[in-house]
Amino acid sequence: METLKYIFKRILQTIPLLIVVSLISFFIIRLSPVDPLAELKLNPSVSPITVQKEKERLGLDKPIIVQYGMWAKSFVKGDLGVTSTGERVSQKLKERIPNTLLLTTIVILLTWLVGVPLGIIAAVNWKTPFDRVLTVLTSIGMAIPSFFFAVLLLIFAVKTGWFPIGGLTSPNFAQMNLLAKIFDLAHHLVLPVFVLFTISLAGLQRQMRANMLDVLDSDYVKFARAKGLSEFSVVYKHALRNAVNPMITLLGFEFAGLLSGAALTEYVFQYPGLGRLILEAVMKSDINLVMASLMMGAIMLILGNLIADILLIITDPRIRSKA
Amino acid sequence: MIKDVLKTLWKDKFAKIALIVLALIYFALLFADFLAPYTKDFSDRTMSYVPPSKVFTIDENGKLSKPYTYNYLREFDQNNLEIKYTLDRSQKHYIKFFSKGQPYKFLGLIPMKRHLFTTDNGGRIFLLGTDINGRDVFSRLLFGGRISMTIGFLALFVLFPIGLIYGGISGYFGGITDTLMMRFAESIMSIPSFYLLIILASILPAGMTSTQRFLLIVIILALIGWAGFARVVRGMVLSIKSREYVQAAKSIGASDLRIILKHILPQTTSFVIVAMTLSVPSYILSESGLSFLGLGIQQPDASWGNMLKEAQEFTNILYRPWLLTPGFLIFVSVLAFNVIGDTIRDVLDPQSKMR
Repeated sequence: METLKYIFKRILQTIPLLIVVSLISFFIIRLSPVDPLAELKLNPSVSPITVQKEKERLGLDKPIIVQYGMWAKSFVKGDLGVTSTGERVSQKLKERIPNTLLLTTIVILLTWLVGVPLGIIAAVNWKTPFDRVLTVLTSIGMAIPSFFFAVLLLIFAVKTGWFPIGGLTSPNFAQMNLLAKIFDLAHHLVLPVFVLFTISLAGLQRQMRANMLDVLDSDYVKFARAKGLSEFSVVYKHALRNAVNPMITLLGFEFAGLLSGAALTEYVFQYPGLGRLILEAVMKSDINLVMASLMMGAIMLILGNLIADILLIITDPRIRSKA
Repeated sequence: MIKDVLKTLWKDKFAKIALIVLALIYFALLFADFLAPYTKDFSDRTMSYVPPSKVFTIDENGKLSKPYTYNYLREFDQNNLEIKYTLDRSQKHYIKFFSKGQPYKFLGLIPMKRHLFTTDNGGRIFLLGTDINGRDVFSRLLFGGRISMTIGFLALFVLFPIGLIYGGISGYFGGITDTLMMRFAESIMSIPSFYLLIILASILPAGMTSTQRFLLIVIILALIGWAGFARVVRGMVLSIKSREYVQAAKSIGASDLRIILKHILPQTTSFVIVAMTLSVPSYILSESGLSFLGLGIQQPDASWGNMLKEAQEFTNILYRPWLLTPGFLIFVSVLAFNVIGDTIRDVLDPQSKMR
């Protein structure tokens, strides 16, 4: 019950956060000298009635605070307006967000599956050549610019022909059966996942190693050793539990970093995700789309942090008692 | 303390190499005008996408000779419909050292004409080939590096005072001020930083001079990073403000601002140094990403990021690999900064076991 109450409180806290985020984004975008409807007006396939509707919906002739109020009202209702090509923004987001979530979820799963064990092994073998080599490798992973790495992998894909060059699905995707579809998706995901994995692995492995070293240094682990427990049970039964907890907090940060990192990777690989959507929207100064994807990015980030916090409440009883 | 840091850096094998690499890079950037055979804006429109010049030291008779190079001839291959470059072996162009070439201002002040190396009578030397406009990639790497390698530092010098004062005030006063200020910082942090970055960059009005644009990008980079930094500073201030010496300062009637600036913030120095060295690379990466997308430094100015913009085309990356050199330089300098940052953290924050 206590736990539920705490979780509920934590969820409520995100509401003011969302409001402030939307205020900030709204004013940043309205600061720009670009006419939000310029693109729409220039597009011959968009009727003047739609433009007029948008103008009324955004309340462009009213003071900015009123504009914000109108925008917020329609946002809550789920009406995000139309893009400069006349499509519905919400439709566009519905196509793109799952793709970005798919990419980031796979990357997070993979980095945890690889990074946490590597961190433990490095900590157990502290200052051995193995640990040194891992540190050097992770430093290298941290230093590669994501877009540059993506470009290099694209060259690799073009030269070998082993991987598709960008996109998420093959042109004949619709005709495939389920198994072939899954294989096709996986095939397209390999390279973008690999780029993001390499870049985010380093941070995770280092953090895990540092946590593990801290815990291995603590009194209760020394006591467990003194008691004559096997090294295996000291490390994996006693030390690991405490070392993993701070990692869960990191999960939220990792998600944030991935959302940003994914934008460039998506751009290079022509991956139909949220990051590329916002990039294209920014370049076309498609205000509705920019605003909506910015909010979606923020909401995803806030949700990611929320989930990390809730997981932490479940795994770490000390936080529950504090609350 | 700075002496200790430098000593440890010099003792550490990796850090030593990293320091030397960075020193070399910055040295080359400082004397870019002299080291580069051409100026930043030099372009030979007939020479677009020329491969790197071949430098020969042994002539056709197998004898040792002064270093020389051949120009490239551009031919259109009718059969394969592609442009081919062949060496024009009819005329040798000897490489001349310390001789006169295009005029420039040494360190921006002294007008000079001498370059480290140029070629004689009508020869062209492109150590790393040319780009689409026939500009020397090697020269532009040096000039572009000036922007890429300084923009991060400048952003940090804007961001740290803001973060320090914001975090200081928030932590020191506590209560409702603290809550409001921290909620604001958190909401900035809740927007994915790269999204915020491209949006801020995209609302920059067109038609600015390159200096204005450079400065505004510095400010934008700073706007992205200050919130996270302010939050950590606030946490440190919270624990420092209950110390006795702060109470003492209060009791003799020192003003709040004086206590924050003179008594509390100096205590965070070592953290600030660590945070600064560790965050330089991320700003170098941000700038290059932004320029890669065409939202950062604009042509005709060079930066490593906007030089890589050409790598967005498949034909370029497949047939003109020399256009990728800026990427390797970004990688090397970021790696060097990371290694140094890690070592500095070891010295200033011995409890941290990140390494």
